[in-house]
Amino acid sequence: MNIGMDLGSRALKMAVFQAGQLIETKLIESGFAPHQLAEAMLRPYSPRQVMATGYGRHLAHKIFAHGVITEIKAHALGVRYFFPEATTILDVGGQDCKVIRLDRQGKVVNFQMNDKCAAGTGRFLEIMAATLGFSLAEFGSQALASSHEAPINSMCTVFAESEVISLKNHGVPAADIARALHLAVVNRLCSMIRHLGEDSQLVFTGGVANNPAIAVLLQEKLGVEVAIPHLPEMTGAIGAALHAYAMDGKPRCD
Amino acid sequence: MSDFEVKAYPELWQALGVDVERFDKARQMLGGAYGRIFKSQANRPAKMAYFDTMIAELFGARIKELVAAKEAGHPVVGTFCVYIPEEIVVAAGGICVGLCGGSPGSIPDAEKILPRNICPMVKSAFGFKAGRICPYFQAVDFVYGETTCDAKKKTWELLDRLVPTHVMEIPQMKRERDRVLWLEEVKDFKAKVEEVSGSRITPEQLAGAIVTINDKRRVLQRLTRLRAANPAPISGRDALLIEQIAFYDDPGRFAAKLNELCDELEERVARGEGAMPKSAVRVMVSGTPMALPNWKIHTLVENADAVIVNEESCIGTRYFKDLITESNRDMEAQLADLTDRYMRIDCSCFTPNDERIDQVLKEFRDSGAQGIIHYSLQFCHTYNIEEIKIREACEREGIPYLAIESDYSQDDVGQLQTRIEAFLEQVRG
Repeated sequence: MNIGMDLGSRALKMAVFQAGQLIETKLIESGFAPHQLAEAMLRPYSPRQVMATGYGRHLAHKIFAHGVITEIKAHALGVRYFFPEATTILDVGGQDCKVIRLDRQGKVVNFQMNDKCAAGTGRFLEIMAATLGFSLAEFGSQALASSHEAPINSMCTVFAESEVISLKNHGVPAADIARALHLAVVNRLCSMIRHLGEDSQLVFTGGVANNPAIAVLLQEKLGVEVAIPHLPEMTGAIGAALHAYAMDGKPRCD
Repeated sequence: MSDFEVKAYPELWQALGVDVERFDKARQMLGGAYGRIFKSQANRPAKMAYFDTMIAELFGARIKELVAAKEAGHPVVGTFCVYIPEEIVVAAGGICVGLCGGSPGSIPDAEKILPRNICPMVKSAFGFKAGRICPYFQAVDFVYGETTCDAKKKTWELLDRLVPTHVMEIPQMKRERDRVLWLEEVKDFKAKVEEVSGSRITPEQLAGAIVTINDKRRVLQRLTRLRAANPAPISGRDALLIEQIAFYDDPGRFAAKLNELCDELEERVARGEGAMPKSAVRVMVSGTPMALPNWKIHTLVENADAVIVNEESCIGTRYFKDLITESNRDMEAQLADLTDRYMRIDCSCFTPNDERIDQVLKEFRDSGAQGIIHYSLQFCHTYNIEEIKIREACEREGIPYLAIESDYSQDDVGQLQTRIEAFLEQVRG
């Protein structure tokens, strides 16, 4: 048995592999002491290798994991498990977003990652949904229900929130504002994607891939097929588990 | 072991008008950081001891030397740029020092006055003087600035209110008429230095100074060549530290001590002994300077088990790759030699500047690096834009490449660590 653990900013994700096959996944919120929660998640299992990825990977390595890989490599491996031909990946998580370009063999050849700010990430969408009084599920479906585009100019979470409040007070319907916010995120993601050049397909991972509006708008704006793997938020954990499986039996390099 | 102290000289600082209470906190923090980042390394060359002492005495012994030179009537000139011809200062018996500008601690002082969205090096430097928290700034006779970027040239106008600041106009192109302009600027610089020292610089003095500074550059070139060995005989952060100290130390003493270290490194290379294992990914850094104590990128890269083997930067090869003809004994000819050498510097402030792209590729091959990290200070427009051409060249040559734009703060180290580790995974394949 091999386990991949993705210690993300918003959630802990675990993928369990037995004989190279995915048999189980688990997700809990990161909370304040994520490493203790992660250890508790692992307790019922007796894996040969645990591979950590995500922001908490290094502390996890000190405490319980056998090795670490970056989220970039983990997503590359995880996506290839479901889409063996994929060459462009977009991962939008709780506090960052990245675009990863692979060669035909699945090796990472280039990547882009947002800087220190949370613009264009899951956290931005969470805060904006709350500002509009929507649940996350409603937020995406409301955006899809609207066909009007209100202008949102700012990608800064703080400034965008002021713009939302201003639009609300001008009587703009909540669904139109929701659509505008989704478009603002999609436009930012598109420029990151275009920075790495054209591709015919995009595999979209991370928790934000569960938001239906982002995927639909991405497809519209980019004009390419947007594919979403089963349980997109698990991709990093799955990739880490696959790496653990690949390393199993090999001498440890740490 | 990580106990390290930068020594305190409160009375000396007091006499120079330093805000002693505040500066002492910065001194303690610097010592702590130095202990963590440098003294904790395994397999350090024994001859690094001299450079450790230079840091321990950074605000003591070296400052006393500046004060003594000043009292003896020799000019002490503070600079920020590799374009300032230090040979002229040395020829006048004076001291040329690079000024503080590599720490986030002084930025709040600068932001009381300057706009926030300019280069951190300019803000940091201005803040050190505004807050009176740099003994070097307090000790110099005057500062020589230059017009390499907008942030600098406009900040010098404000800095001049706090310390006499002269400005050399750096041309932006490399045509004959630009060379003529630069020669005139070099002559003005010489006149200013002579005014402070009260005597004319003779051709013999200038010839001597040219050899002194050439010798300093030669030994830095030797260090760079030794780093090309695999395994690298010295860590990138130690080599960076030496390059930073090159801007502070007495040039003759520095060259002698660095030659001793290079002898030790040569023996290490012969034995196949490295600061890091042979399997460590070899990375070259290209881009904007890293003023002391900016060790951010080197620390992140080397903590991820890679080794930095070259700095294509003003703190690195751009400072020492070119030498000056030593044979002339005629002042006009010497000043022309000096001008020619300084015009070869491939700073991104020039347009076009394609020789830098070739230089980056050459250094990549010479250093045996496996990938390039381009480092640009935030808001450094010329390096940030020229980065596009470096990236294209790396794509053409199949060189793994990562571009980082960052300031002096620690808020992006989590993201940078992930990006650097992913880059190293990419190089390892």
